[in-house]
Amino acid sequence: MSQSTTAADAGSTARRQFERIQAIIQEYGATESALIPILQKVQEEYRYLPEEILTFVATALDLPPATVYGVATFYAQFSLDPKGKFIIKACDGTACHVRKNTAVIKAIRQKLGLKDGEKTTKDMRYTLDIVSCIGACALAPAVVINGKVHGQMTADKVTKAIDELEAAEKGEA
Amino acid sequence: MTPVTNIKSPQELAELKQKALAAIENGCTRVLVCGGTGCMANGAPAVFEAIQKEMEKQGVKIKVDLLDESKEDAVRLGYSGCPGFCQVGPIVRILPSDTFYIKVSPEDAAEIVEKTVKNGELVTRLLYTEEATGEIFAKRNDIPFYRNQVNIVLAECGIIEPEDIRDYIAKDGYRAAAEALFGLTSDAVITEITESGLRGRGGGGFPTGVKWGFTRKAQNAKKYIVCNADEGDPGAFMDESVMEGNPHALLEGMIIAGYAIGADEGYIYVRAEYPLAIKRLKTAIAQAEAANLLGNNILGGPFSFNIHIKEGAGAFVCGEETALIASIEGQRGMPRPKPPFPANSGLWGKPTVVNNVETFANVPKIILNGAQWFRGFGVEKSPGTKVFAITGAVKNTGLIEVPMGTTLGDVVFKIGGGLRTGRDFKAVQIGGPSGGCLTKEHLDLPLDYDSLKAVGAMVGSGGLVVTDEDTCMVEFARFFMQFTQKESCGKCVLCREGTKRMLEILTKIVEGRAKLEDIDLLEEVATAVRDGSLCGLGKTAPNPVLSTLRHFRDEYLAHVVDGKCPAGECQSFKTYIINPEKCKGCGLCAKKCPAGAISGELRQPHTIDPEKCIKCGVCYDVCRLGAVEL
Repeated sequence: MSQSTTAADAGSTARRQFERIQAIIQEYGATESALIPILQKVQEEYRYLPEEILTFVATALDLPPATVYGVATFYAQFSLDPKGKFIIKACDGTACHVRKNTAVIKAIRQKLGLKDGEKTTKDMRYTLDIVSCIGACALAPAVVINGKVHGQMTADKVTKAIDELEAAEKGEA
Repeated sequence: MTPVTNIKSPQELAELKQKALAAIENGCTRVLVCGGTGCMANGAPAVFEAIQKEMEKQGVKIKVDLLDESKEDAVRLGYSGCPGFCQVGPIVRILPSDTFYIKVSPEDAAEIVEKTVKNGELVTRLLYTEEATGEIFAKRNDIPFYRNQVNIVLAECGIIEPEDIRDYIAKDGYRAAAEALFGLTSDAVITEITESGLRGRGGGGFPTGVKWGFTRKAQNAKKYIVCNADEGDPGAFMDESVMEGNPHALLEGMIIAGYAIGADEGYIYVRAEYPLAIKRLKTAIAQAEAANLLGNNILGGPFSFNIHIKEGAGAFVCGEETALIASIEGQRGMPRPKPPFPANSGLWGKPTVVNNVETFANVPKIILNGAQWFRGFGVEKSPGTKVFAITGAVKNTGLIEVPMGTTLGDVVFKIGGGLRTGRDFKAVQIGGPSGGCLTKEHLDLPLDYDSLKAVGAMVGSGGLVVTDEDTCMVEFARFFMQFTQKESCGKCVLCREGTKRMLEILTKIVEGRAKLEDIDLLEEVATAVRDGSLCGLGKTAPNPVLSTLRHFRDEYLAHVVDGKCPAGECQSFKTYIINPEKCKGCGLCAKKCPAGAISGELRQPHTIDPEKCIKCGVCYDVCRLGAVEL
């Protein structure tokens, strides 16, 4: 169990979570070959893989928790840490690299106040993921902000794009 | 759109083909907006909507359903797959005149509809202009980028609507499957593929027919076909484009393979980074099932075949076939020793054929046109074509298909249009992080499996990343090592530890902390990792290091001995300063600096705080007076 939540909170959320997880497992079938699709679906729901859910999935699939944990930590797509509200994916494929994505990534870190190695802002607003090639090489360097691909980015353009996102948020609020 | 349902025989398929073809070639105008990942990100959906609105506004009848007879004279508007020329997207193509509009924005829609769709006139400013000569090209096939290509795999990408099975059927789609299933024995199919000389397009180059033959001979009631669509090489997106632009070709290739080896089930393992490809594949599978081209008793015959999609979860090593199989089974994607080969013991221990997307997409064409036809392209030992993704410092980026054996120089200069930066050509990285680099001396080298192998490079999946003088080759090698180090699955000690140590040494070099003996150590570790790893990832991980050491050793030495980065890329050797004599204090650089490192009074020379400077170079780029210096 994650220690950051209080016991009472954990109790009620856990129950609600497990009902949903149960439905996901039923959808894909409780077999080992369904493990990866199940974890993908769980992550889609929660934006990360909470530890207690991994244990639950292991029990349901009759697998050792170590096996499930092993799979969850093997693949880059899975995150065991909670992610921010907005997800920025900076492509680090070769084409993006050759077209100087390092400056773009540095500018994003600077803008969000992320130190080297940090992925999520303290206010849980942004997560920066450095991802492998997203196949938009002709638009290099590419950055995906909230699922939308922004092509031919520069330090300047990416800073603006984040400003625009913030402005749009404020407009809606 | 009315779905195509239950085609009961090859005869019925042929009739549907005639009907669909007649509807396409009825002389009416067709507007195709590129729906590839690149153009979609570049604003194609807005262009599509604008054209649709304009057509409605200007009273042009729109046909959505190809076989809608009430709208015979209407204009058909739809999304095509990627025509490859991503650099100039969003692309709008108008048929039958084959007008090719580039960099289209929603504001152009009114003019396109008014002039081209209604009156057949050209909007000249949207046509491709060759920069060097000023020559304007109206038709796709005249543009130098396309003129020098030969399209087999990509022939239908950009012409058909990938989400409409009838478009594919009209272009002889599924006819090869029908001919194989109803007219050829399994052995005859394998013989045809073997004689065509088709080799695995995923990089290994193993003869496809031979692989199928082994799997056919393996004794087992259950066998599998697996399509490797885990295109993990950074800088490569050809399989993505085939899946997005012509997904049915892949399905048809798999059906034929299944029939040839005696499998009734297939898996496509697609990386999750390709959401659009996954969506189009799912649509294509549903359509093929409804049409009785997949599922039980295909086209009313005895053969049954089902295809499932498995989404990858982000692991480069899963491009290795045994790791991919482990991943489909729900385990960590770790390779295992071969033999046994998947042909004898693959998915769930059953005989399995693993081929990549491009290989399968070639199969229907070979069955339709024959092995000899296929041998008419390319070179003796590598027949056919190869799709390359050309990116980096070249003018025309995108996807190209050329006969095997086309020279590197032709690809970079004739098709790629030379360098976009105005700088000199330096090198091409071929085959991604597992490949090697080719330099000026290789411009006449034919690109095929054997010629590349002879110079220590490989076709790989077909990524071509062009670099110019401004790219530091040591940093380039470090970038690839960072990638393979992160992606090493950890099974073999040499790969797991070796990639880490190589990355450390390379980092030391680009940061100016290395000694001369570090280069020797790097070479030694590289050789050890190459020789001591189980799978392709480890065996080829040292390639970028070894090939840059071979061709650009002087650059390594410059970093270590002279304390210089000849390309001027490595930041440790670089400081930005503002020349107070040139600076007029306009404040533009201070405004643009993302780090807030520049300060100064208005109309007074500004200064850069080296502590805060992130060396992004924005100030250097924006200064109109050239006051920012290195």
